[in-house]
Amino acid sequence: MTSCQADAANIVFDKSTDGSITLTSSGSWTVNALDNVAAVLEQAVKKYSHDIICWELSAVERYDSAGMALFIHYYDQLITQQCAIELIGATQQHQDMYRLLRRYIQEDKTPAPALSFRLLQPLHNIGKASVAFVQDIMAFLAFVGESFISFLYAVRHPGSIRGGAIVKHIEEAGVRALPIVALTSFLIGVVIAYQGAVQLEKFGANIFIVDMIGLSITRELAPLITAIVVAGRTGSSYTAQLGVMKITDEIDAMRTMGFEPHRFLVLPRIFALMITLPLLIFFADLIGILAGMFISHLHLNLSYTEFFNRLQTVLEVKHVWIGILKGPFFAWLIAAVGCFRGFQVSKNTDSIGRYTTMSVVNAIFLVIACDALFSVIFTELGI
Amino acid sequence: MNSSVISVSELVTMFGQSVIHDGVNLSVRRGEIYGLLGGSGSGKSTLLKEMIMLLRPASGEIRVLDKDLSTLSVDEAAQLRRRWGVLFQGGALYSSLTVEENIGIGLKEYTDLPVTLIREIVQIKIEMVGLPATAARLYPAELSGGMIKRVALARALSMDPELLFLDEPTSGLDPVGAEEFDKLILELRDILGLTIVMVTHDLDSIWTVVDRLAVLGEKKVVAEGSLTDVLANQHPIVGQFFKGARGRIRSQHGK
Repeated sequence: MTSCQADAANIVFDKSTDGSITLTSSGSWTVNALDNVAAVLEQAVKKYSHDIICWELSAVERYDSAGMALFIHYYDQLITQQCAIELIGATQQHQDMYRLLRRYIQEDKTPAPALSFRLLQPLHNIGKASVAFVQDIMAFLAFVGESFISFLYAVRHPGSIRGGAIVKHIEEAGVRALPIVALTSFLIGVVIAYQGAVQLEKFGANIFIVDMIGLSITRELAPLITAIVVAGRTGSSYTAQLGVMKITDEIDAMRTMGFEPHRFLVLPRIFALMITLPLLIFFADLIGILAGMFISHLHLNLSYTEFFNRLQTVLEVKHVWIGILKGPFFAWLIAAVGCFRGFQVSKNTDSIGRYTTMSVVNAIFLVIACDALFSVIFTELGI
Repeated sequence: MNSSVISVSELVTMFGQSVIHDGVNLSVRRGEIYGLLGGSGSGKSTLLKEMIMLLRPASGEIRVLDKDLSTLSVDEAAQLRRRWGVLFQGGALYSSLTVEENIGIGLKEYTDLPVTLIREIVQIKIEMVGLPATAARLYPAELSGGMIKRVALARALSMDPELLFLDEPTSGLDPVGAEEFDKLILELRDILGLTIVMVTHDLDSIWTVVDRLAVLGEKKVVAEGSLTDVLANQHPIVGQFFKGARGRIRSQHGK
C-alpha cells in the first residue's frame, strides 16, 4: 500500500487479496496542492498492467484544470497499459471538467526527431549560419547602396541636408566625447613613454623616445584608440536609437509621411561622425604627445625644449595627416554599421541588445581591418 | 464567506498634486463578469493597477479575496498574487521565451509537477484559447496581435486563478476575433467558475458578456449595477457613453 498525505490532494493505493486494486483519491486537486500526488502516481502507475482497477473519486473536493490534467494523464497511461478502470463516485464538477479538458487534449503528439536528423543537426546549423552570414553581407551592401543614393540626392539638393541634425550629432559624438578621448589618449601616451623609456635607457638613446612617441601616436595609436572609443560610445547609441525607432514604428511612420529615413536619420549621423572623428584624432594626437612629453621629462630627464626641438625634426606633417586621414574612413564604417544594425532590430526586446553588441563588435573589427589595409597600402607606396 | 470578491471603499488616488480618484466605491461579486468603464483618463487602468498591487492608493481600502491589500505581509502578497491572473493590454509576453515557456513559467516556478505534465497542461491551455498547437514553439515577436492576446490569456489562466483581470481584452482585435474572445471568456467563466474584472471600451462586449459594471467619471463611480440599472441612470457621463450614435445602434440590437 502506497499513500501520501498532501495538504489537500491525496491518493491511496490498496491491493485486496483477490488481486483487484482500489485507488482512492481525495482532497482538493488544485495546482498548488498536487506535488505529492504527482510524485506518488508517477511511481505507482508504472507497476500496473492488465489489472482491474477501481478508482474512487467521491472524496475529491474540487478540481482545477491542472488537477484534471493530472488525472487524465495517469488515467490514459493506465489504459495504454491494458488496465480496466472503473470510476466510482465522479462528481458533477469532475465530469464537467473532464469533458472540458478532453475537448482540448491533442491525441497525436509531434514525434521526436529521428536519430539521423539529430546527427545532421550540426551540419544543418553550420549551413544556416553560413546562409545568414551571406544574407547579412548582401543586406549591408543594399544598405550602403541606399545611403549612397540618398547621398547623391543630397549632393544634387544641398538644401535638403539636415544641418541642424548634423550639428546636434557633432555635439553628441564629438564635444561630449572629449573627456573620455582625452583620458584614453593620455594613458596611451603614458604607457608608450614608459615602455619605450625602459628599453631606450639601456642603450643611452633617450632622445629617440621622441621619434617613438611622435610617430606611433600620430600614425597609428591615436586614430585607432579614438575610433574604438567612438565605436563603443557612438556606434552603439546609433544602433539603440534607430532600433527603438524601429520598434515603436517611428521609421515606418516617417516612410509613410515621405521622410526618407536614410536622408533624415542615416546621412546626418554619417556626416557628423565623418567630420567629428578626424577632429577627435587630432585632439588625441595632442594629448598623447603631451603625456609622452611629461613622462619623458619625469623618467628620462628630457627637458621640454629638447623634446620640442627633436619633435620638430622627426615628426613630418605627413604623419599627422595620415593619421587624421584615416578618421573619415573609420567614421564611415562605424556610423554605417551602427545605423545598419539599428534598422535590423525586430520587434523583440532581446534584439536591441543583440544588435547593439553586434554593431560595436563589427565596427571595431572593421576599423582594425581597415587600419591594417591602410598600413599595407602606405608601406607599399612608401609613405 | 463574503459574496463580494473585491470591494473598494473610499479610495483616493493622487499622482503628485493631481487627484485621480476621490472616493471610489465598488464591489465585485463572486462568479460575475464585472466591467470597468469610463472615458480615457478617467482612471480605470489606474484602479485596475491598484487592485493587482502594482500601485498603492493614497487612502481608502481595497479588499481582494477577503484580504486587505494595504496590510499584507510579503508572503501573503505572494500567495494572493498566485490566486489571480492578469491579461495586460499589450499582452506583455516575455519576449525571450517561447509561447509554451510563457504559459508554463508559473507552473514551472511554483510547482514540482513533472515536466511532461506541465507540457500537457500548457498544451491544453493553448488549445483552450483557440491557438493552433504549432504556435507553442513560436516567440512572441512572431505572433499576430490576436494570437498575442490569446497567449496572454492562456498565461493568465495557467495557474487556474479564481480571479482574472483583463485590461481591454478585445482592443486591437477584429470584430470576428473580438466576438470569439468574448465567447471564450464567457465559456471559461462558466466552466472554471472564474470571477472576471475587465476594463473595456467595447460596447459589444458590454452588451454581451458583462454582468455588472461601474462607470467611472468625475473621479468617482457615477453608476454601478447591471446594464439596465446603468442605462436607467440619468448621469450625463452615462448618457454620453451609451447614448452616442454607436451606443444607440448597439442598444437597438439588444443582446
